[in-house]
Amino acid sequence: MNVVVCVKQIPDPADPGALNEDHTLKREGKLILDESDSYGVEMALQLVDKAGGGEVTLVSMAPNNETSGLRTALAMGAAKAILVSDDGLKGSGALDTAKVLAAAIKRVEGADLVLAATESSDGYTGTVPEQIAALLDLPSITFAKHVEAADGTVKVQRQTELGFDECESPLPALVTVTAGVVEPRYPSFKGIMAAKSKPLDQVSVADLGLESSSVGFAGSGQEIIDVSPAPERQAGEVIEDDGEGFQKIVDFLDGLKVL
Amino acid sequence: MTISKIWVHAEASDAKVATITLEMLAKARELADTVECFYAGPEADAIAATLGAHGATTVRSTGDLGGGFPGVHLSAAVAAAVATESPDLVMFGTTYDGRDVAARLSVKLDRPLLSNNTDVEVDGDSIVASTQIFGGTQIVKTKFAAGPPAIALFRPKSFVAEESGGGAAEVAELAVPDSGAAGAAKILDRHAEETSGPKLDEAAIVVSGGRGLGEASNYQMIEDLAKALKAAPGASRAIVDAGWVPYAYQVGQTGKVVKPTVYIAAGISGATQHMVGMKGSKNIVAINKDPEAPIFGIADLGIIGDVHKVLPKLLEALQNRT
Repeated sequence: MNVVVCVKQIPDPADPGALNEDHTLKREGKLILDESDSYGVEMALQLVDKAGGGEVTLVSMAPNNETSGLRTALAMGAAKAILVSDDGLKGSGALDTAKVLAAAIKRVEGADLVLAATESSDGYTGTVPEQIAALLDLPSITFAKHVEAADGTVKVQRQTELGFDECESPLPALVTVTAGVVEPRYPSFKGIMAAKSKPLDQVSVADLGLESSSVGFAGSGQEIIDVSPAPERQAGEVIEDDGEGFQKIVDFLDGLKVL
Repeated sequence: MTISKIWVHAEASDAKVATITLEMLAKARELADTVECFYAGPEADAIAATLGAHGATTVRSTGDLGGGFPGVHLSAAVAAAVATESPDLVMFGTTYDGRDVAARLSVKLDRPLLSNNTDVEVDGDSIVASTQIFGGTQIVKTKFAAGPPAIALFRPKSFVAEESGGGAAEVAELAVPDSGAAGAAKILDRHAEETSGPKLDEAAIVVSGGRGLGEASNYQMIEDLAKALKAAPGASRAIVDAGWVPYAYQVGQTGKVVKPTVYIAAGISGATQHMVGMKGSKNIVAINKDPEAPIFGIADLGIIGDVHKVLPKLLEALQNRT
């Protein structure tokens, strides 16, 4: 079983985000593997293990030939990676990002399953995986909280508003996994050392056969016209608990007449 | 430019129209003369009156998809209908199916899709959508520049649902083209999880717990407090990811958007991911032992203290009153 996992390398979510003058997100510092993607990587490794053969390929799009997040996922056990890095991708939206990733996935031979997180932790459009499925003409099941694959079929429990749905799809297919679907492993020292020499294929937009006008600022079909501060919510009273802090809360709720 | 026609993705379960559908209809009505819905499911006739009362003149329905996913089938049906009906804007709610259908529609029509919007307006010759970024501290306005239709996903509670007094929407058939291999995924069975008390996104009071609770078993304090306040229990992403409570409890960017009268955050530091889902609450109470926790920056009442000490006393005080 061969699994492709879409992974994103993002600025550390613990750092306050900032925008460049062209309204793109500042990504100058070291980028890390989006934690949301560690679940997909782990799920892929387990599925390949269970199938008794095959490998996990990572696909990522990032500026400045960034590979540190990919190395983390390779250290977890993925076999190889494709990185699309190209200055022409600056300003890409969800749809053109999906076009790039779909084109990169096509380079992976014999992929049975494509996995992705439900959304990234920095851009969080939540639409790229399903757009990839549409571009590759694959069936898809989103928001998986449980995944099994056997005999050319993937069985998924899909999160819903009311609970979950039991779903299945023939392979090849695309599945998005929710956080918590599996417990991601920590890379071992051996894994970290091995990751340094695993194949990492760096490609450009032209290598993928895409027109430069179909991606980035030129191809995103959208234009940011304004960024302004949101009306701020004012902080109220903050007090140190002296053992009677609970009474403050009771009085506050009383004042609102909600008790 | 004025918008002449808007399409709204209608969702429903048990013949009840989803609140987010009604919220979007209120906004659509404000912007366009003609507002129509599209819908995948067996209940078009049952929901036509409600959709009409909120301003939709027509509901285009695929009927029951027989276990097929709306993502692939409804998007194919809408894409085919767009060619002759030419809506200027297609609106989706940020829901499990809404995201799927919008994403596939954007590929079929080769139009950009903007996510997480909280507002939409007409600005000169363009449709402009607003999104909040960085935990809701900044608002980004983005113009659709690729020609109609604009396709946009909206966050719940961005607009206020309001009836317009219209008659029942006319039910029209929406033909579903064959999607071939892409249409092969199926829903085999549905499971509804037992819930008691008010729904998280509808409750007047929400009590949420986070990592500061220390361990999974301490979430019981949140459940007990919620019960005493007739509130819905919620959670931060951190403890959902840690497996302490199900995803259905999650408040935030991923998860539910809540705007209750009172939001009580216990042991939640206030990651941007969480704040986006609750900063619209009318009143916010925060309990956290870290005086630097960002949650105190938006709280109307902040208690710097240990949740393990404050919550039991609070619970006792509330229980003694009733």
